[in-house]
Amino acid sequence: MAQEFRLILKHLDQPGYTPDLECYLRHGGYEVLKKAVSLAPVSSSDGRTITGQDKIRQEVKLSGLRGRGGAGFPCGVKWGFIDHKSGKPIYLIGNADESEPGTFKDRQIIHKDPHQLLEGMILAGYANQVQLAYIYIRGEFMEGARLLNRALAEARSNHFLGKNILGSGYDLEIYVHRGAGAYICGEETGLIESLEGKRAYPRIKPPYFPAVLGLYQCPTIVNNVETLCAVKHVMAMGGAEYAKLGSPNDPGTRIVCVSGQVKNPGYFEIEIGKVTLGELINDLAGGLREKRKLKAVIPGGSSAKVLKAGEKFKLKHRQADGKEVVREVDLLDLPYDAESLAAAGSMCGSGAVVVLDDSADVVEVLANISEFYAHESCGQCTPCREGSLWMSKILQRLNSGRGRPQDASELVRIAGQISGGKTICAFGEACAWPVESFVAKFKNDFEAKGAAAEPEEPEPLKP
Amino acid sequence: MTFTVPAQLETELDELLTHYPEKRSAAVMFLHALQDHFGFITPEAMEWTAARLGLQPISVLELVTFYPMFRQQPVGKLHFKICRTLSCALAGSYRLHQLFCEKLGLDCHQPGPQTTPDGRCTVEFVECLAACGAAPVLMCNDRFYEKVTEAMAEKMAAEHGFEP
Ligand SMILES: Cc1cc2nc3c(=O)[nH]c(=O)nc-3n(C[C@H](O)[C@H](O)[C@H](O)COP(=O)(O)O)c2cc1C
Ligand code: SF4
Ligand code: FES
Repeated sequence: MAQEFRLILKHLDQPGYTPDLECYLRHGGYEVLKKAVSLAPVSSSDGRTITGQDKIRQEVKLSGLRGRGGAGFPCGVKWGFIDHKSGKPIYLIGNADESEPGTFKDRQIIHKDPHQLLEGMILAGYANQVQLAYIYIRGEFMEGARLLNRALAEARSNHFLGKNILGSGYDLEIYVHRGAGAYICGEETGLIESLEGKRAYPRIKPPYFPAVLGLYQCPTIVNNVETLCAVKHVMAMGGAEYAKLGSPNDPGTRIVCVSGQVKNPGYFEIEIGKVTLGELINDLAGGLREKRKLKAVIPGGSSAKVLKAGEKFKLKHRQADGKEVVREVDLLDLPYDAESLAAAGSMCGSGAVVVLDDSADVVEVLANISEFYAHESCGQCTPCREGSLWMSKILQRLNSGRGRPQDASELVRIAGQISGGKTICAFGEACAWPVESFVAKFKNDFEAKGAAAEPEEPEPLKP
Repeated sequence: MTFTVPAQLETELDELLTHYPEKRSAAVMFLHALQDHFGFITPEAMEWTAARLGLQPISVLELVTFYPMFRQQPVGKLHFKICRTLSCALAGSYRLHQLFCEKLGLDCHQPGPQTTPDGRCTVEFVECLAACGAAPVLMCNDRFYEKVTEAMAEKMAAEHGFEP
């Protein structure tokens, strides 16, 4: 039986655990921060001085922690891109926009353990010489914003935040900034535009990498809520110890959200790569409902490519003697980590697993997903704006019995004109990948709906 | 008609301005505060915001038309936002939406928010609310309701059946 490995979620579901400072302190809260800000500078073998801040950045790099927001980029490497000599202020943004369909972990942290996020952010801020940081929270999380504001006030009045934090001479202010219902605000450059008071139109990269030209054209770090919480645990354990958890290329723990057609949907923190998709579904999420068979799994948020029940994948595996062997595994035996999911042609993305059983109609499922993207495209790039709506309309037509035999290939053709770096942001891929993968893997279902459709009667012109 | 903002709200908005190195950043937060107070965003509110932030009114209007949470018409006292996206749809959210519409005499095939003639309820389909583990999910005003059953939905839609 696979087990959870709760680090970030350790306390928050315990009976009597409350989101206030007092409770957090009783559970060892802010101890990691206290230790971090009192790290004394040391001189390295080559005579350079390594400050406490340098040390934190080194530990995070050593930990191998990958971002939990979707792209899975190594956190320490991202921090390393920040230019500390530009003379411009450096900003930090906690991405609490949480809007990738299937993802529901950040809200749990914000509601039940907001100080953990703050401690992670203050650590990240201190390490990167940030003086001003924001938590960008999606507009619908009104209660979340209130709880964060309360936690911020508590942190301020106890010298964890504000001027001269814990007597270290370090100043940091964090403010909560609310979005207003647009998914694209989760994309980091769209988020930055939004925080500047504009429409959330993602910026083109290059040159607008946040680390270089971010908020107000200054160096900016954007990290997901869960990533920032993980930073606290990296510092609590030490980077090398943290790196021993999980899999070598994707260390640590992560919170996986399982939803859809399972008995006990929920969020489960696992040691990455130590639990398989099958164990997530069957052990942690209670398995499928009675008399149901698995049809497909969307493994990393609705943008991830779908995996079909029964698919086999080839995984490279390094043995103890250093020899590389290839082993074939079934979908359900895929370890949940970045490398394995990539080998299966998909991704862990935001850590959201959506399970479909044999009662689901895949054409309807894809139509549902495509309607989301058609609604959420920001509209800057023609292929994305037009293509997402066009695909959604074809899928609706297929489902209403007015489809055409060539619809399946038409969908793939349109998707192919969006994905592959043709758009300003990765939303283009996010809306094309589900279409490409669903149609490729369930071609018969799509073609059957197209063929079964009644031929459309041409409408005579009215005299 | 002159547009007046109560003193207490003005103080709150002035405090918000201190959060940002550039005033324009406060625009969305201003609009939230004004919408919360007045119920929806009028052209006067947009002009007032623009003047406060040193912007052209068009720069505020383009926010109101971009962000789905902002509205230029009033909504009902109870604003139901039902999640339409995959995990909730698999758990029956389309049925819930239909049920709300039927109970309230609205047309479930109309796109966008719809309000009952008496102004009591607005029903709207929205995208994933980040609570998919407890599908189907809906919001009534600021609050989340999870694992919503048809019986709960009927009670919510019934007159006097429900206080958020
Ligand atoms: C269309 C789109 C939507 C995104 N939505 C979110 C989101 O809701 N939350 C989030 O943390 N990251 C989201 N991201 C990823 C961010 O752009 C960014 O990579 C992430 O916040 C970086 O943090 P991390 O390195 O800690 O993961 C999204 C990306 C894209 C392309
Ligand atoms: S890819 Fe889509 S969402 Fe991204 S910038 Fe272009 S139009 Fe906007
Ligand atoms: S799909 Fe409904 S809350 Fe995510």
